[in-house]
Amino acid sequence: MSGPSLPHIVLVVAVLATVPLLTVSPVVLNFLVVALLIALVGQGWNVLAGYGGQYSFGHAAFFGTGAYVSAILQMRYGLNAWIAFALGIAGGASVGAAIGALAFRCGLKGSYFALVTLAFAEVLRILASVAPITGAGVGILIALDLRPQAFQFQSRAPLYWIVLALVAIALLIVRLIERSRFGAWLVAVRENEDAARAVGVDTARVKIAAMTISAAITAAGGGFYAQYFLFIDSGIAYGPWISIEALLAPIVGGIGTVFGPLLGALAVKTLGEIAKLVTGGAPGLDLVIYGSVLILVVAFAPQGIAGLLTQLHSRLTRLRSSLPERARG
Amino acid sequence: MSHWLAQVTRRRLLQTAAATAATGLVSAPSVLHAQGSAVKLGLLHPVSGALSYSGQQGRLGATMAVEEVNAAGGIKALGGARIEAVLGDAQSTPEGGNAEVEKMNAAGVAAIVGGYSSSICLTASQTAARYDLPYVVDVGVADNIVTRGLKNTFRFGPGFGVIAKTALDNLVTINDQSGKPAKTMMIVHEDSLFGSGLAKLLNAQLPERGFQVLETISHPTPTRDFNNVVLKIKAQNPDLVIPANYYNEYVLLARTMQQQRARPKGVYSILGGAASSYKFVKEFPEAAQYIMDCNHWFDPRNPKALALKKKVEDRGEFYTYEVFMNYSCILLIADALERAGSAERGKIIAALEGSTFSGHVMPYGPTKFVNGQNEGAAPVNTQVLGKDIQVIFPQTFATAKPVFPMPPA
Amino acid sequence: MLSPVILVPAILNGLLTGAVYGLIALGLTLIYGVLHIINFAHGALLTAAMFAAFFAHRVLGLDPYVAAVMLTPLFFALGYCLQRLVIGPAAHGEDRNVLLVTLGLAVVIENLLLYAFGADTRTVNLDYAFKVVDLGIAFLAVPRVVGFGVVLAVALALWLVLSLTDTGKAIRAVAKEKLGAELSGIDVTHIYAITFALGTACLAIAACLLIPTYYVNPHIGNAFVLVAFTIVVLGGMGSVTGALIGGFVIGVVESLCGLYLGESLGQIGIFVIFILVLLLRPSGLLGERA
Repeated sequence: MSGPSLPHIVLVVAVLATVPLLTVSPVVLNFLVVALLIALVGQGWNVLAGYGGQYSFGHAAFFGTGAYVSAILQMRYGLNAWIAFALGIAGGASVGAAIGALAFRCGLKGSYFALVTLAFAEVLRILASVAPITGAGVGILIALDLRPQAFQFQSRAPLYWIVLALVAIALLIVRLIERSRFGAWLVAVRENEDAARAVGVDTARVKIAAMTISAAITAAGGGFYAQYFLFIDSGIAYGPWISIEALLAPIVGGIGTVFGPLLGALAVKTLGEIAKLVTGGAPGLDLVIYGSVLILVVAFAPQGIAGLLTQLHSRLTRLRSSLPERARG
Repeated sequence: MSHWLAQVTRRRLLQTAAATAATGLVSAPSVLHAQGSAVKLGLLHPVSGALSYSGQQGRLGATMAVEEVNAAGGIKALGGARIEAVLGDAQSTPEGGNAEVEKMNAAGVAAIVGGYSSSICLTASQTAARYDLPYVVDVGVADNIVTRGLKNTFRFGPGFGVIAKTALDNLVTINDQSGKPAKTMMIVHEDSLFGSGLAKLLNAQLPERGFQVLETISHPTPTRDFNNVVLKIKAQNPDLVIPANYYNEYVLLARTMQQQRARPKGVYSILGGAASSYKFVKEFPEAAQYIMDCNHWFDPRNPKALALKKKVEDRGEFYTYEVFMNYSCILLIADALERAGSAERGKIIAALEGSTFSGHVMPYGPTKFVNGQNEGAAPVNTQVLGKDIQVIFPQTFATAKPVFPMPPA
Repeated sequence: MLSPVILVPAILNGLLTGAVYGLIALGLTLIYGVLHIINFAHGALLTAAMFAAFFAHRVLGLDPYVAAVMLTPLFFALGYCLQRLVIGPAAHGEDRNVLLVTLGLAVVIENLLLYAFGADTRTVNLDYAFKVVDLGIAFLAVPRVVGFGVVLAVALALWLVLSLTDTGKAIRAVAKEKLGAELSGIDVTHIYAITFALGTACLAIAACLLIPTYYVNPHIGNAFVLVAFTIVVLGGMGSVTGALIGGFVIGVVESLCGLYLGESLGQIGIFVIFILVLLLRPSGLLGERA
């Protein structure tokens, strides 16, 4: 299974890039920016879970670090927003490497690994809620400065293209991993860690590397969130909501695939909007529908949307290949 | 029970059913009759998620005001145009609030009211600023909401800088008037924006006024147990306990204090979640006795405020601050629409800037906005006496005298 | 440092709180130990149970302790049906799918409660809620002391069921070795459902114990879930005694950390323990070696 080719990815990104040129609706743009942001964060999760087989419940740790580092460097140290963003990614990656080193060298896997990531995210959240540097309970407000140099813009479109670019980079990274030796090691670890170790793969190193890449991608999402909404606090940066979004999109879209997180994010967000439309103003009802559909999707499409598409694809090819026989007969 | 909710829901379902066919992904909450005889107002509240109770109360107050304005003939300067409420659920998150602002803008609202929490208000008002869409904050107390230089953002109620200062000034006065029983205090606050910000201000200013802060205890929301906090209160025996937290935690704290027989000379809450809540008084009359609060409160001498109270209570709901503040904000915008004579956003902003509205139900006097903040806005002091909540300070609005120190149990 | 006047009551309070935590964790640990799933819906189910206890009092006038007798079998049945009819079939046996299904369930339950009952906080006002047991050095709230006793009784009962009854032995068999259990004729699907049902039944009891001193709104379950997970890990996944002891330990740790570090930062103690146990001894105090 070789996954999408480079032209495929370029095509998808190009199509998405035309959206701001086709519609001026800020509602649509905002919707897509948020969906792409989730796709980005989910792609980070996908690297570790989909390809590496290590499910994390605490990706908020990386998201939040990316957001806070970027915001703190800008507001407390006056650093340029772009540099701060880059350092945010580095910060998130380091946290990923650190947690990975601790967890994997202690041999944690499966649910134990998942729970330890959850615990780390919570620890960071609590620390952020009391530490003066993060503004503690008050949070950090990034000063309004609508110039490109400050990573803020008058209109939504540039931010849309930026998050799309980040998603594109993440897609390419995943594709690169899929085709590289590192990727092969990673998948080997996912399929059977003991066997992988037996053939000489340094499993701990591979997993830590995957976690670092995963954390970096997710941290980019965090830094972007900070620039888009201009306000973060401990609940927003390190809260369980983003850990859940990070795993929801890839699983629904198709775990361990290049396009999975993107498909999943779009699907999940669209579902949320439809649910809101259908239920009008009644509080909570839209989320009931959302949750129910989620359960149904899992029940009937366990390989996610990508899985459904693959099944569809193979059915079509079988149909096509059987046609010449029918024509003859 | 949630009768009004069902009414609103039905109306909304009809509206959105008509809109669904046409819109697809762009979920713009549009309208059945859009012939220019209606002015649309966005009502943004966190009606689901962690802040859902406050959001629903806020929506209640706002929709009641809209109904009243419409029943009285709508906006006369616009030919009797009805106010058309466009409801949005902020889902208790800034992203949720943001998305709703975009939709409301697309639906062509003339202004937006609400937000409730400071983080939602911050992001929502910023997004609204892109479209020069007037945004009136209903409650959100963070000072930086009105210090960002955004022309579109107005706050009708006080920010916590003013609240903290007023609370302190009033405390000193009440203390002096009662023979200075209080010297030492302990602060118990929730650890997010409003609690931490308030605690910081208090810690800076209380010593200057001659008080001694024995300890400042922060706690998360939610907190499952206050036994340790109360233990510390009992051990250090402050004259005054100053709580600043949300309803649920306040209730737990008060109940635990009652359980543990912790009885300081007074409880002086600031923006207490339950200290000036009829719900609290009704459900825990003993634990609530004599608690003082410095909080948002309606003008008790204003017949309109009392009429609204009766209307809300007849519906089986509690008359909480979210209700009367949102109610007042809608009336403020209606007044701005009248004076602007137009539903054009720029004109509404100008009208708000120059507004001297006194048809609201708050003890603020006529409105006067400076950099978006209503200068006259201030909290008042209340105390639970018997089965009722009375205003004890300032004198102009007081309906009872403070009882301080608390009589022994 | 802090005098015994504060320390002793703090520790006692921690034990009382920890007892209820332990009961909530009991359900979770059983579910994990046998079904090997992390039940994300646990918090929402606790919320549902608390609403049930609230309405039992409000509508039927039942004292929560009496209501427990009625609610426990009710929630047992609910849990059985949930696992048998929803979670099991939807998951197709895949772990990650179970994750999503329980997550979806949590969202559905919590928001159904929000839609049906509104967002406001409900409380039950009982006379004995403010009575205290005066130990001289500490005042212990009566409902919490009763809760302590009930939790011990439930834990004992559960332990007896697991050790002595056929169903209990079947549950332990499935937990240890599912394939072998299946081959010896045990209906694994049924056992899975029974275990989940036991878990929700524990929640029903915990809810009735919490209601006199706590409050209920659609979101409270969330406050207990992470603590419950920590206890499950600390005590050892699948161990009933472990969950109980873990509950006490966490209760006391939370109490002491809150005392020394402040309530906000003090919460960190729970998670630091969580992390240390996971890194150094993942099987927990009494669990099977991973």
